[in-house]
Amino acid sequence: MTTTAAPVAAPKVPRTPRVIKPSLEGTDRLFHGTATSIGMFVLIMTGSIGIFLGYQAIPTLRHYGFSFFTQTQWQPELDKIGIAAVLVGTVEVALVAMVVAFPLALMMALFISDYAPVRIKSYLISAIDLMAAVPSIIYGLWGFFLLQPHAINLARWLSQYLGWIPIFHVDTDPNAAVWQQSRYTSSAFIAGLAVAMMAIPLACALMRAVFDQAPLGEREAAMALGGTRFGVARTVVFPFAKGGIIGGTMLALGRALGETAAVLIIISPAYIIKPRILEAGTQTTSALIAGNFGDATKSQLSALLAAGFVLFLITLVVNSLAAVVIRRSRSGATTEL
Amino acid sequence: MTIVRDPEIADRTGVVASPLPRRRKPVPRRIRTFTADDWFSIVGATLASLALVIIGYEHLLDFSGPLGFGVCWYLVFLAIYATVVSISNPRPVVVERLVTVTLWLAAAIVVLALASAIIYTFAQGWHALVHLNFFTHDMAGVSPTAPLTQGGILAAIVGTVIEVGIAVVVSVPLGIGTAVYMTEVGGRGSQLVRTVVESMTALPEILAGLFIYVVLIVGFGMAKSGLAVAVAMSVTMIPIIARAGEVALRVVPNGLREASAALGANHWNTVRKVVLPSARAGLATATILAVARGIGETAIVLICSGASSFLTFNPVGVPMNSLPLYIYTAYTTHEKAALTRGFGAASVLLAMVLALFVVTRLLVRDKGTRR
Repeated sequence: MTTTAAPVAAPKVPRTPRVIKPSLEGTDRLFHGTATSIGMFVLIMTGSIGIFLGYQAIPTLRHYGFSFFTQTQWQPELDKIGIAAVLVGTVEVALVAMVVAFPLALMMALFISDYAPVRIKSYLISAIDLMAAVPSIIYGLWGFFLLQPHAINLARWLSQYLGWIPIFHVDTDPNAAVWQQSRYTSSAFIAGLAVAMMAIPLACALMRAVFDQAPLGEREAAMALGGTRFGVARTVVFPFAKGGIIGGTMLALGRALGETAAVLIIISPAYIIKPRILEAGTQTTSALIAGNFGDATKSQLSALLAAGFVLFLITLVVNSLAAVVIRRSRSGATTEL
Repeated sequence: MTIVRDPEIADRTGVVASPLPRRRKPVPRRIRTFTADDWFSIVGATLASLALVIIGYEHLLDFSGPLGFGVCWYLVFLAIYATVVSISNPRPVVVERLVTVTLWLAAAIVVLALASAIIYTFAQGWHALVHLNFFTHDMAGVSPTAPLTQGGILAAIVGTVIEVGIAVVVSVPLGIGTAVYMTEVGGRGSQLVRTVVESMTALPEILAGLFIYVVLIVGFGMAKSGLAVAVAMSVTMIPIIARAGEVALRVVPNGLREASAALGANHWNTVRKVVLPSARAGLATATILAVARGIGETAIVLICSGASSFLTFNPVGVPMNSLPLYIYTAYTTHEKAALTRGFGAASVLLAMVLALFVVTRLLVRDKGTRR
């Protein structure tokens, strides 16, 4: 590097930078205007739903006060309306679903990303996507007609051996020679199993996407240090994908909380706070709405809307937390659905 | 000093050390992660645990039930397998093997559950599907107990197609428009729109239905109809399309936009001729995802469209049947014939979803675009 140029007189640079005016021509102004108005319209439309639900809930909350949250019965004719039992039922069904869905989704995701032979990997991804697309009413029928006759055996077994734990207790003699099968049907447990079928693909798809993004260099480094596949998963994939795992689980939980059709088919309504998930009868918020809107008067509709608003707030909080967790984490910013 | 035995390498490197004659063509060694030892230990453990459980579970302990049998078999298998593997392997390998068989089992359970749901639906609905009248008649004047040779789901199919059709016409422009607004136009409002749209994907379907029911049907006195359903469906579909569409638009490389601008195109032409076409596969996938969700929407049709047995093409003013509603009503009758018809309708619904699903796969594969 020996070339030394003779100092050239620097061209006169204006002291102030040129002002660039982003002026839009007619077509673009129209385009921007249209896009913005569509965005605003959707914003107002979707936003108004939330506001509307909240607004409609006010008369109910004013009328029943705090007892709306503590009353278990839903008997409009007696003016007894409350969502205590319904909320407990909603959470129970969703929790059962997540207890089943979380390990299966996590293992399935790890299997697809790290363990499955290359040939079947794409088929498994398709299967998970398909699982998410199957209508919930079909899972409901599946749960009621195919799963329930088998699941009640499991329920009975659980209550036989773990009945001393309150949640597995059933108010009947599990050891009877002719056991009362109907005490075990239509329970939160079986509804939760059906809802799990909807939660698994949602959680699994997100977890798998995040597992696949785990940095190859770190994976190979772990491999080169003599790690087994599980060692790589434990030391590289899981720490990297922690956010995705939590976020995916919470997204699935949000879906499970709001699920209607499958739950409506399986459960038989019962308005009591019942920790016994294996026992027949429970109620969830969405099933309550679906079952009672038809012959509801105006004030009852308001009560249903209030119940719906509470459900919406819960799912909103769960989903927003999921979004925050996913965004904060190192792992993938892209989430689908 | 290494001795190179491989004649090819020897030739190339010029190191001639072995007296090996060039006999065989070099065959690449197959790299196996699963050796014969592994096969023997897994098969042996399976058989051993099966034998042990048959004797112990059924004969000694007098338990019964296929589910318990399966669980015990698996647990015994894990124990035996772990023991066998640990004979000749260190602990990390044992853990790895156990994890592997557990993951295979989990995957098998998930796939089996999905397959059983699909196969069971088709198997139950088969008896209804073989009658041609099932597709060409409606249920007008046919009682739930009538034999399968009478009545059909034509009204429900037509209803579903019309409702979803209207919902698509409403929600696709709005959804994609919102996605374009969020990614291409931006501005101060876009972050708010994104937040609200994202939170609206959390809205349970039943609340969308209830919202439309209270506002349009109770509030404005609109009849329960296909249109009400379509509007409620759009409410749930728009956020899905907008969100998935935004992801699709965001992966369009910025270089394309800049190239278009450098060639003198204005923003509108850039979006119309460059951005949207490049994201076509992603946008189509987003739409089809939303349609698949809409078709199966049970909660909404339950609330917003009255059940009807008549065939109608009119989405306004009269109740309109649809497939999910038909299935649910059939379920509530608890009549055998009605249930079979319900399963038939479920099979048709499932077939529609499957068809949409296959179309999505083909779209994605052709364009090679990430979803």
